[in-house]
Amino acid sequence: MTPRRRRLLWVLGILVGVAAAGGLALRAFQQNVMFYFDPSKIAAGEVKPGQRFRLGGMVEKGSVQRIPGTLEVRFVVTDFRHSVPVRYSNVLPDLFREGAGVVAHGRLDANGTFVADEVLAKHDEKYMPPEVARSLNQGASSRTQ
Amino acid sequence: MLKFLQMGGYAVYLWPSYALTAAVVALNIYWARRSLHGAQAEARRRLATLKAAS
Amino acid sequence: MAWVWFHRFGSPPHFYRLAGRLTPWFAWPAALLCLAGLIGGLGMAPADYQQGDGFRIVYVHAPAAWLSLMVYVVMAGTAAVGLVWRMNVAYAVAASCAAIGASFTVVALVTGMLWGRPMWGTYWEWDPRLTSELLLLFLYLGYMGLRNSIDDVGRADRASALLAIVGVVNVPIIHYSVIWWNSLHQAPSVMKFGRPTMPASMFVPLLLMLAGFTAYFVALLLTRARGEVLRRERNAHWIAEALGQGPGCKV
Repeated sequence: MTPRRRRLLWVLGILVGVAAAGGLALRAFQQNVMFYFDPSKIAAGEVKPGQRFRLGGMVEKGSVQRIPGTLEVRFVVTDFRHSVPVRYSNVLPDLFREGAGVVAHGRLDANGTFVADEVLAKHDEKYMPPEVARSLNQGASSRTQ
Repeated sequence: MLKFLQMGGYAVYLWPSYALTAAVVALNIYWARRSLHGAQAEARRRLATLKAAS
Repeated sequence: MAWVWFHRFGSPPHFYRLAGRLTPWFAWPAALLCLAGLIGGLGMAPADYQQGDGFRIVYVHAPAAWLSLMVYVVMAGTAAVGLVWRMNVAYAVAASCAAIGASFTVVALVTGMLWGRPMWGTYWEWDPRLTSELLLLFLYLGYMGLRNSIDDVGRADRASALLAIVGVVNVPIIHYSVIWWNSLHQAPSVMKFGRPTMPASMFVPLLLMLAGFTAYFVALLLTRARGEVLRRERNAHWIAEALGQGPGCKV
């Protein structure tokens, strides 16, 4: 074995070792790496009661209710299998929409309502001009009618 | 023109992003050229002293 | 055949001359591509249906983020070549990458924060994508700090090469963080298999910017690496020739 080949194997060995260690560490800390939990994970009991965590999912269409005279807003976060009602009383970000992604930080109360003290909008990777989005929407609604 | 500068109300976020990027792009050009020209000047000086010594 | 080319590229005088000749061939296309990308991105692309004109930050954010990852891979790759083949030119290229990569990592982070504030509602969250990109900045800074703290160039090269190679596992983590874990950051629109999730009027300017930044980086790297090679090859005979003080003048 030439010294050069030995050095090459060393470099490759280090790379494989570090990648394996990193992979195992990330698997072990999977829960901590998760930025948010979706409603199915909560239904499966992965969140301890009283624990502060982030809830992520879609704002269910037609679920947003504003309480007149206050900042309080109620909506339902869903992942299309399970859903969690959310209560929040502060300013919502620009991209907060029904049917769009959202990440809320807070904790569950005794009734299973998620009391949020921070709500972030999560936009998706799709970009399109407004006219296209409008005609897509019209297409979708005319099909359902 | 004004409408373009306002960027639909996102001007406060958008233009600083572009300004920072432009600044870093320009700075990198300056640093790279300074590094090369500095090395060239140093090499020339060294050659000159070597020539003087020989 | 390829090996001949590889070893010729590894010879300092050859590299110095070739890099000098190649630089304008990357610098001018870079300028043209970025200009076209800016006109397309700021002037011609339509506003986004959700993010309005705010989405145009993508035309500086994505190229900067792309460079932050690509430069690291180039740095780790050339450092590994230096380590395995004991090639001084490869070490010089690796050392030239760090400052460029670090500066564009800062750009990616700051433009991302400026995008996040209006869209997500926050400048910063300890999200897997944001955290791993911040770690990338620390890897660049660690590489530069390590080099600076070792006086002997050969030892600095070898020690920093190890750090660069170990850190390269962070690159796929950054890229796939938005797919592997729940993340606030959206999934990739361009750097993935399948069709981009953007119409051509938005996508083409982005592609021009990505290509322009890449060419710009190559030009920067060649320029910096030439200086670095010159500084390392202290009293080599070829330097007199390369600096136009030909073989006529005795050294």
